Amino acid sequence: MRVSMDIELKDVPGQMLLALQPLSEYKANLITVVHHHQKRTPRKTVPVKLILETRPESIETIKAKLEENGIRVVRVGEHRFRESINVVLIGHVVHTGIQDTIDEIDRTGFAEVVDLSLSMPGINMLSSALMKIDAVGKEDLQKALAILKEVSTKKDLLMVLPIDIQA
Amino acid sequence: MKTVYCSIHGFGAIGQGVAEVLLRKKEYLESLGLEVKVVAVVDSKGATVNPEGVDLADCLARKRTAGTVALESISGVEIIQSVDHDLVIETTPTNIRTGGVGLQNMLAAFQTGKDVITSNKGPLTLKYRELMETAKAAGSHFRFEATVGGSMPIINLANEVLAGNKIKSIKGILNGTCNYILTRMLEERASYNDILAESMQLGIAETDPTYDVEGIDTACKLVILANAIFGLDVTYNDVDVTGITKVTPEALEMAYERGHVIKLIGEVSKERIHVAPRLVPINHPLAVGGTLNVASVETELAGEITVTGKGAGPIETASAILSDLIAIYGN
Ligand SMILES: NC(=O)c1ccc[n+]([C@@H]2O[C@H](COP(=O)([O-])OP(=O)(O)OC[C@H]3O[C@@H](n4cnc5c(N)ncnc54)[C@H](OP(=O)(O)O)[C@@H]3O)[C@@H](O)[C@H]2O)c1
Repeated sequence: MRVSMDIELKDVPGQMLLALQPLSEYKANLITVVHHHQKRTPRKTVPVKLILETRPESIETIKAKLEENGIRVVRVGEHRFRESINVVLIGHVVHTGIQDTIDEIDRTGFAEVVDLSLSMPGINMLSSALMKIDAVGKEDLQKALAILKEVSTKKDLLMVLPIDIQA
Repeated sequence: MKTVYCSIHGFGAIGQGVAEVLLRKKEYLESLGLEVKVVAVVDSKGATVNPEGVDLADCLARKRTAGTVALESISGVEIIQSVDHDLVIETTPTNIRTGGVGLQNMLAAFQTGKDVITSNKGPLTLKYRELMETAKAAGSHFRFEATVGGSMPIINLANEVLAGNKIKSIKGILNGTCNYILTRMLEERASYNDILAESMQLGIAETDPTYDVEGIDTACKLVILANAIFGLDVTYNDVDVTGITKVTPEALEMAYERGHVIKLIGEVSKERIHVAPRLVPINHPLAVGGTLNVASVETELAGEITVTGKGAGPIETASAILSDLIAIYGN
């Protein structure tokens, strides 16, 4: 099960390690860490969002372990993708490195490429890809699309967006 | 009976369509109390002029047989300045770089207090504000329904029929050539170049298709909508434009398998003017095929209203010109 966990770290060195150690101990698979370096809570702690894949029964133990390490766990919730869209990319999709593009979106933690169809009719011909992207919320989806747009411009790909999306 | 004296500038597909429609609708116009007399018909070679009214059937026949209506070599602007009449019907070729002869005709018309009805996008794309101000100062009517979407009512729909509603956005397919190409590419699973060639053979695409397929034509129409409906003051350079030349049959097919078609969509609101290929759900009101045009108007009170129709064709486009004529002089 995919879980998002909002935690707060004290603003002293070594805190991140204390946060990650219970995860590996309980074999949770860490997907993303969104670390707000600049932000501070009113308690002067640093807010961090973890997204991890783990067995449901481990969640409570991990949470307890984190708190034992002095880390405040503000919120734990199932990490659900509520938004989903299809995007078409046309151009030299493959040899400009589609995997990079996918990784870049997946790394955000709030959006993920969940399906990809590729068609490469021949050398020197334009390839086409249809990508399905899931995201946690509407804003996250827009952020993922912004990444995709930047990549498309850089790689000279035509990006075809759904009509109801703000292009 | 009110007599409207007018001149027709440009006697190609649309100019001739106007002449035919005026002949066909003579009795109907009379029933509205209107008699339309054409004092001059102008093409690139010269003009036929008769202050009492030329014989339109004769002009059409002469154009067909001799290739021109010209009996004297006098320019459109000279006619506008020297022959007394009320209305200039402007159907010369679109030129978006200089405005072409159309711009000169329109300005001359306003300067001599005449009304203008046009299908020519060029001058409106380039000099909207100046034309509007000149027309207003002269007390002239200026109508251009035929410039966007051919027969499909959009400008008059938004400004008149939906009066009182704030228009939030307009989205649609405003170029029949692009719609035809994308529709056929999917049907035949054929490449862009193959279908472009087919479209040229059928006379759907011009020999230089750039203006259509690069999205320029759609962008120009959005500029007219932005200025005329959204009260903006924009030109072509304010539009973000991507055409259809990169679209592949594979992309169309993959999209179709997931319930979508790809269409060249123009979109205008106060915030943005944008042309690009977009994924449109198959059952969406904008998912029309062939050479059709379509537009959805998002209104404040009336919700979303969608119109579709033929975006080109002589008689269809002349129908929009006729409706403008009746709007000015009927009653
Ligand atoms: N075709 C459509 O379905 C459609 C739809 C909506 C809007 N429009 C617009 O309507 C306008 C006319 O289109 P069209 O299809 O009728 O074009 P067209 O068939 O090429 O006709 C253009 C006409 O203008 C004449 N002309 C060219 N230069 C001239 C000049 N300097 N002075 C006077 N006349 C001149 C041409 O003369 P010659 O006959 O001697 O060559 C021709 O008669 C264009 O602005 C177009 O964008 C067209």
